[in-house]
Amino acid sequence: MRGIVKTFPGVRALDGVDLDVAAGEVHCLLGQNGAGKSTLIKVLAGAHRPDAGAITWAGAPVAFGSPHAADAAGIATIHQELDLVPGLSVAENVVLGHEPARLGFTRPRDAEKTARRLLARLGHPEIPPRRELGELSAAGQQIVGMARALARDARLIVMDEPSAVLDPEEVRNLFRVIRELTADGVAVVYISHRLEEIREIGDRVTVLKDGRTVARNLPARTTPTADVIRLMTGRALEYVFPPSTGPAGEVVLEVDGLGRAGEFADVAFTVRAGEVVGLAGLVGSGRSEILETIYGARRADTGGVRVRGRALPRGSVPAAVRAGLGLCPEERKTQALLLDEPVMRNVSLASLRRFARGGFLGGEAELADAGVVTAQLDVRPADPRRPARTLSGGNQQKVVLARWLLHGCTVLLLDEPTRGVDVGARSEIYALVRRLAGEGVAVVLVSSEVPEVLGLADRVLVVREGRIVHAGPAAELDEHRVLDLVMEGADMTADGLAGAGS
Amino acid sequence: MNDQSPTSQARAPEAPEARPPARPEPSRLVRVLFEGGVGRNMGLVAVLVLLAVVGVVTAPRTFPTVSNLLTVLTSASIIGVLTVGVTFVIIGGGIDLSVGKVMALASVWATTVATQSFGALVMIFCALAVGVGAGLVNGVLIAYGRIVPFIATLAMLISAQGLAELISGRRSQIVTDPVIAAIASTRILGIPLLVYLFAVVIAVGWVVLNRTTFGRRTFAIGGNAEAARLAGVDVRRHTVLLYVVSGLCCGIAAIMIASLTTTGSSTHGTLYELDAIAAVIIGGTLLTGGRGTLVGSILGVLVFTVITNLFVLNNLAIEVQNIAKGAIIVVAVLIQARARRSSTT
Repeated sequence: MRGIVKTFPGVRALDGVDLDVAAGEVHCLLGQNGAGKSTLIKVLAGAHRPDAGAITWAGAPVAFGSPHAADAAGIATIHQELDLVPGLSVAENVVLGHEPARLGFTRPRDAEKTARRLLARLGHPEIPPRRELGELSAAGQQIVGMARALARDARLIVMDEPSAVLDPEEVRNLFRVIRELTADGVAVVYISHRLEEIREIGDRVTVLKDGRTVARNLPARTTPTADVIRLMTGRALEYVFPPSTGPAGEVVLEVDGLGRAGEFADVAFTVRAGEVVGLAGLVGSGRSEILETIYGARRADTGGVRVRGRALPRGSVPAAVRAGLGLCPEERKTQALLLDEPVMRNVSLASLRRFARGGFLGGEAELADAGVVTAQLDVRPADPRRPARTLSGGNQQKVVLARWLLHGCTVLLLDEPTRGVDVGARSEIYALVRRLAGEGVAVVLVSSEVPEVLGLADRVLVVREGRIVHAGPAAELDEHRVLDLVMEGADMTADGLAGAGS
Repeated sequence: MNDQSPTSQARAPEAPEARPPARPEPSRLVRVLFEGGVGRNMGLVAVLVLLAVVGVVTAPRTFPTVSNLLTVLTSASIIGVLTVGVTFVIIGGGIDLSVGKVMALASVWATTVATQSFGALVMIFCALAVGVGAGLVNGVLIAYGRIVPFIATLAMLISAQGLAELISGRRSQIVTDPVIAAIASTRILGIPLLVYLFAVVIAVGWVVLNRTTFGRRTFAIGGNAEAARLAGVDVRRHTVLLYVVSGLCCGIAAIMIASLTTTGSSTHGTLYELDAIAAVIIGGTLLTGGRGTLVGSILGVLVFTVITNLFVLNNLAIEVQNIAKGAIIVVAVLIQARARRSSTT
């Protein structure tokens, strides 16, 4: 792949990416969240069409117009979000799209035989081919996803974080299968956040950062960890973070022993008025779940939340909002916005009671006040009557922020506030967060971008696999150290620190 | 480096006060009508006009008369009231299949010999209470029991039918109470009381949907339930209330039909739910929720009623009429889908 470019509205997800994969090798793709790895493999799998660049496959230039075309060429992808059908049986999933058939009638025996053979090869002969897929565990479904890729006789298999849901024993099995495949000349593109895995299974490494290739074809076993981390983090674009506003006030948010089975446990911290606390961690580490549980959108199994000393009932968003909490959720479009409604109604949604007299809405005050906050945040276009759908990502995010600005919050919970937001709007959002903190709002910030957490937060909590593994002032941390803490890499720590020191 | 945000300086020329009157304000009446849905339902208005022209041409002596117009409005009133409730539920992202039979059940309950012995007020109270009760059961099953609205209200349809048959013994119960019987025959200024009732229900429904927090939350929940929940709206409670509104409309319609037919019967309202839902859909309300207008739904009801009227006046078979209705649903939805696509892209 040469010079691949892919833009989405408002974001240049890939900006000239190169990737060479040789037959029989395991090529590892590294990069932080949002670096463009998933977009790149979607281009490779035919799910996205690149805007520019060329793909050469087995010596000939190709353009995959659809996933089907890539599939026919011998490229199989195991996506992070499994693309399997839960209501079908294991065997039916394995042969999905390639059902063995005669005269239009499926041959379930053949499908089961194929499934049994492939599952055995993957070290899981115990998975019954007739079982409904939805009844399997996440790891079991992952195995079926791999069996499906094998069923296609693919020449290139892309694996997007396959080990995330596997336990160590299953990871060993996976590696054995990968070695068998590569011995047969199959190429594997392997994506993982776990550097030690890459050391173990990888041949060569390509590093992506901000949609560009920053290093190609590094030897996976011998490149120093410090170099890899430096490549992943070294940043072309430095954002200006407004300075912290100094000493914080009294404690307004107390989280005590909060836990949810299977998601996170023993989360305890406090936030003072005027303080910004950042939660750093990988996607899936439990950061968003913690935030949503504090907010009552998920019901806590253990522990509790206090705002200004008063305990919140578990699992009640209305109570949390009354107590002064506000959440800007991770997925703007599906969790925050009414896309077909005007900006004004999106902004006033949490504050309807204020504009109502005995349940009746007047309209004038609502439009005026929504206009004031959206103008404050410089939402563009500056017409609060436009549907939210027509705004860019950055302006949509400002609309969500405006909602809580209008409502007035004691505690503001921000989940990925700058995801999919362009550079200009980013700085404005940073300035706003700081300004709100300066006015005494307690802010909890979740972000996948380590520099953002470090630049904006006064204090940083590092979350790994549902637990807080580090808590301390942001000033005492740097990006390398946080990445070390975020990615579990016991043997990386020493290297990482050395790299940070040099 | 710079204390103030750089962007606020660069963008200073476009000051906030220069913004609001970017284009001339349309007159208040125009805006109200537009918001209310007439503007967005010009297609349906055109269909009504077309049907009226057909009426004038094919039945010049019977169609364009005041008494025929009042006949149309009277026969539209009962399904119309049901449609108001169904509009709320569908905009809120749900569906209510039970309205026809809940109305039947309420009419039966209100016209038993025992109920009638207490007089008109108790009969009215009974009808409304049965409607609200059925709506409450629907709402609780859906919001707290997490049963899909289609299933929950289908179950209500079937069981309300059964209960109505059980209570009435499958016989029509004659309304003996003079007050209830008088509702349908009363005219004020020459217009039947049922038409006034219909108008009041529409007016109240319109105000609640477009001018209250309840209405706003209905749109929010139908448009994006998760966003509404995370903005602090109590989605489950609101969902229950939506089905209660629909049930209340069933209660009102039950009194109207009991008066009009002077009977309470388990056979009332058969397939009314489909007519009501069809009217809502051709009225431009998205079946997925979040978008729609009450005015559109009412226009939809009128289109159906006028078609029936035309067929009756021209002595045409009822079977053909149903085929025409089906065709109109398809054509109306196709036209709207096309209009929406061209307006959004």
